[in-house]
Amino acid sequence: MAWLAKSLNSSLGKKLLMAITGLFLISFLVIHCGLNATIFLNDGGVSFNEGAEFMGTNPIIRTMEIVLFGGLLLHIFDGLRLWLDNKKKRPVAYAVVDGAANSKWYSRSMGLLGTLLLLFLIIHLKHFWYFSRLTDGLESRTLFAEMQSVFTNPWVVIVYVLGCISLGYHLLHGFQSAFQTLGWNHPKYTPTIKMIGAIYAIVISAVFAAMPIAFYFNLIH
Amino acid sequence: MEGHLNLTLKIWRQKNANTAGKFETYQVSGISTDMSFLEMIDVLNNRLIQEGDDPVAFDHDCREGICGMCSMYINGRPHGPNRGVTTCQLHMRSFQDGETITVEPWRASAFPVIKDLVVNRSSFDRIIAAGGFISVNTGNAQDANNLPIAKDDADEAFAAAACIGCGACVAACKNASAMLFTSAKISQLALLPQGKAEASKRAQAMVAQMDEEGFGACSNTGACEAECPKGISLENIARMNREYFSATFSSK
Amino acid sequence: MTKLDAKIPEGNLAEKWTKFRSSVSLVNPANKRSLEIIVVGSGLAGASAAASLAELGYKVKVFCFQDSPRRAHSIAAQGGINAAKNYQNDGDSVYRLFYDTIKGGDYRAREANVHRLAEVSGSIIDQCVAQGVPFAREYGGLLSNRSFGGTQVQRTFYAAGQTGQQLLLGAYSALQRQVGMGNVKLYTRHEMLDVVTIDGKARGIIARDSVTGALERHFGHAVLLCTGGYGNVFYLSTNAMGSNVTAAWKAHKKGAFFANPCYTQIHPTCIPVSGDHQSKLTLMSESLRNDGRIWVPKKQNDTRKANEIAEDERDYYLERRYPAFGNLVPRDIASRAAKERCDAGYGVGASKMAVYLDYAAAIIRYGKGEANKNNMHNPSDDEIQAMGKAVVKEKYGNLFDMYKQITGEDPYEVPMRIYPAVHYTMGGLWVDYNLMTTVPGLYALGEANFSDHGANRLGASALMQGLADGYFVIPYTIGAYLASEIRTPAMSTDSEDFVAAEKAVRERLETLMNIKGNKPVDYFHKRLGKIMWDECGMARSEEGLKASIKEIQALQKEFWSDVKIPGEIDNLNPELEKAGRVADFLELGELMCIDALDRNESCGGHFRTEYQTEDGEALRDDENYAYVAAWEFAGPSKFNLHKEELKYENIKIAQRSYK
Repeated sequence: MAWLAKSLNSSLGKKLLMAITGLFLISFLVIHCGLNATIFLNDGGVSFNEGAEFMGTNPIIRTMEIVLFGGLLLHIFDGLRLWLDNKKKRPVAYAVVDGAANSKWYSRSMGLLGTLLLLFLIIHLKHFWYFSRLTDGLESRTLFAEMQSVFTNPWVVIVYVLGCISLGYHLLHGFQSAFQTLGWNHPKYTPTIKMIGAIYAIVISAVFAAMPIAFYFNLIH
Repeated sequence: MEGHLNLTLKIWRQKNANTAGKFETYQVSGISTDMSFLEMIDVLNNRLIQEGDDPVAFDHDCREGICGMCSMYINGRPHGPNRGVTTCQLHMRSFQDGETITVEPWRASAFPVIKDLVVNRSSFDRIIAAGGFISVNTGNAQDANNLPIAKDDADEAFAAAACIGCGACVAACKNASAMLFTSAKISQLALLPQGKAEASKRAQAMVAQMDEEGFGACSNTGACEAECPKGISLENIARMNREYFSATFSSK
Repeated sequence: MTKLDAKIPEGNLAEKWTKFRSSVSLVNPANKRSLEIIVVGSGLAGASAAASLAELGYKVKVFCFQDSPRRAHSIAAQGGINAAKNYQNDGDSVYRLFYDTIKGGDYRAREANVHRLAEVSGSIIDQCVAQGVPFAREYGGLLSNRSFGGTQVQRTFYAAGQTGQQLLLGAYSALQRQVGMGNVKLYTRHEMLDVVTIDGKARGIIARDSVTGALERHFGHAVLLCTGGYGNVFYLSTNAMGSNVTAAWKAHKKGAFFANPCYTQIHPTCIPVSGDHQSKLTLMSESLRNDGRIWVPKKQNDTRKANEIAEDERDYYLERRYPAFGNLVPRDIASRAAKERCDAGYGVGASKMAVYLDYAAAIIRYGKGEANKNNMHNPSDDEIQAMGKAVVKEKYGNLFDMYKQITGEDPYEVPMRIYPAVHYTMGGLWVDYNLMTTVPGLYALGEANFSDHGANRLGASALMQGLADGYFVIPYTIGAYLASEIRTPAMSTDSEDFVAAEKAVRERLETLMNIKGNKPVDYFHKRLGKIMWDECGMARSEEGLKASIKEIQALQKEFWSDVKIPGEIDNLNPELEKAGRVADFLELGELMCIDALDRNESCGGHFRTEYQTEDGEALRDDENYAYVAAWEFAGPSKFNLHKEELKYENIKIAQRSYK
């Protein structure tokens, strides 16, 4: 297996790991977002709670949850490693950089966006994952009720919306970037991939951001 | 129509690789808009010589955009504000009267500064020496037309082969990555049937050398493609990735 | 006067090379490993020679002054490379390529060398394709050809407008492969400053590391100079800024004869000088003359804009003077005609030293053609213009863009301004059939030698010659010399001769640094360039040449007493490098004028105003000047002439006519 380690430690290998874990997290977000969006059915959280119950008890899902955390940690660890590596490649910085002339700001800020996301994620996990998995909070009230309660605080809502904006930009670059890293760049298909990536990034982050806002303004009962 | 400009130049001066450098400010006046950027530096240098100062050292040779030697980072961009040109093809009509222009060398740990704006790009030569060739000794070739190559493939290989090895991709990249340079050569040879025999070995050897030289990884920002004076496409990096990963998983 | 022995093999022309290859002495593989070869220059000739010799097993060292071998100026060649493949079935053959080259060279090239060149031309294409050079192809996947000036067949292979780049990168990749294998040691940013001779044989070089300023001694059983041409003696040329004669000139001063120095090629289609700041000239491919029409106003000193000058007030002088070939006359003739018009006061543009190359007619012609193809009846003028411009863009877009980038004018709307510029030097170090100079063990390849182009080079032949010399000639011919060197062990560079050579180089550099005069190197280079351009350029006269020899001698004195070189001797110092090169150009310029003065005839790129026909065409003198003028250095401003008679046994000499 030395060959695999060697390859994954190369500059290309690190990117491969980033792309695969990234796409895995992207697929998770679809499920997460889809499930949570059931709150917009305005059925008092019935559908949402049923889904949450299923996700929290199904053994396959629970196993996947471990894989998910593994993927997330790998994504974070690999990103950190790349960031540290890349930083060393230009020991003397330019005095003037006109980055906007040749690339999008968010494509150059994936590390920063990722760090913001990580901070947001810690808060988010504390709010809901910690509540549902590590405490017996679910015995006294449903996850839906917990959401209602958490999102009464305007600061929390602001943090969540900012987190979703970070997520949106992270995905806007990350989605198509993962395909490029995997070698999927073709004049016929790449424009479509880029378009799907943009739609995905906007829809996912907008739907997520709508949740705390909707709760805060009492649009969901 | 020819016009004349007065400019403030902030130029990186560094005596040699072992000394720290700093910016010096110079005023130049009466610069013709018909001059190339390098001719403007010539004007400054001739004045510095007259005044008994050391002229600004910079790399240049063909001055027609093909040798890849000129390498200035101008106002935050490799080869200056225009797309698709090298510094020697950049003309002063692209600047405004009274403008301040900052000129820096390519910055990358794999391109150490030799003096002023001159950097050492021999790392590129070593990447090519690692595998950027087809192993055919002189005299071994069959008749050229015995090997038909689809025009599209030949054209695509040519587009990749247009790379002039100037290093603007490295200079533009936030990670000082040499992926566009390396992938252009890997692509050119992978697209041609002659190059297929050693494609797998080539991709692995060239990527290993690229990493050893101290170039960064790719963040897919596309800055390299946007700043490349020869318009080398990001598709080449994707192709390199395919070549490299398939070599990793299928080689014996 | 000594007789030069060109060592041309006996026998029929067509069999000479084959017989030579089959009988030349060989060096066995074990001995090759202990024979060291120094290659100076890394262009087409140098890179191909170094790679091929290393493949054979020799130990090779390559030197180039640039930061990488890939920067050599071969990279800037645009048009293409000739080869007698006859892929187009249009009657091409080795003989025809040989004949065209001799004729194009105005009957001043050596038959045996040119025939060999034509013989190996096909192998070059094979080799390059095998290396992955992406030549242009047809839809069927086979190689595409185009035609070029001076020939009636399609034998030019090309890679868009970047043929030189692709061929050089092919040779460079072969070279780097050998570097990676440890068979070639590469010395970049190194400039050769002298040849070391021991007992009359070339045994090494003195090189300066440009970064540290350190002088280095390098031994070689043989030394190959692949250092290109000397067009920069004119200051402004299409050569790269660093292109220089220094290596060849040092060899000349160590005993290598310099042949036909006055043969320079002036290319007719370059972007004209825009002002005193101009540092170099840019070529616009010869292919533009296929569709463009060249003209000047009929009125002298006409200051109107091109578009304001009516059709009947324009003088299409090439079409007028040469109705048969029109705008497609060879380079030397087109260049002289442009100069004649400008000198007579008909030039255009701010400098009045330019003529128009007009695409307006071609745009309309192509536009109407497109309209016909698309079945458009009564298309409007705007539609014709738009469609015509699209066709022109497809064919010449990159050249038009380049013109616009440099001049700021849009050639789709206003005619381009062009003027001739120095492009290539046919002269160079005299070499025999084996490419060896008059110094044993010292070879010259590519543009650095004089051998194949006579007095005028045809388009797409320079790339062919550089690669022929490196890939397919030197690997054989060097055996003739090295076979007798197998008993010579590698020599220590601590020997007296090496030490003395290094000392002389050091002293010269110190002298230059210590002049501490008032004028930068460029000042002298520009003045030399002006003298050469005015008196030894497109037209030369006895009076002018005599005066310019005196002027150059005076300029040499002024240079050595008043040049100002800043910086340090032991650091990267581009001004010091330039000073050394200009000092050599000053001596070469003098020799060029002496050679031009000696040649009392007009031939190819050499036009003496005293020797022309009544209607202004070149007048050759085959009876008295069918020789190679090989000059021996005999001390400052002293050169002895040796003549190599040119015998034409296979070609009947004829007058060139393009009327």
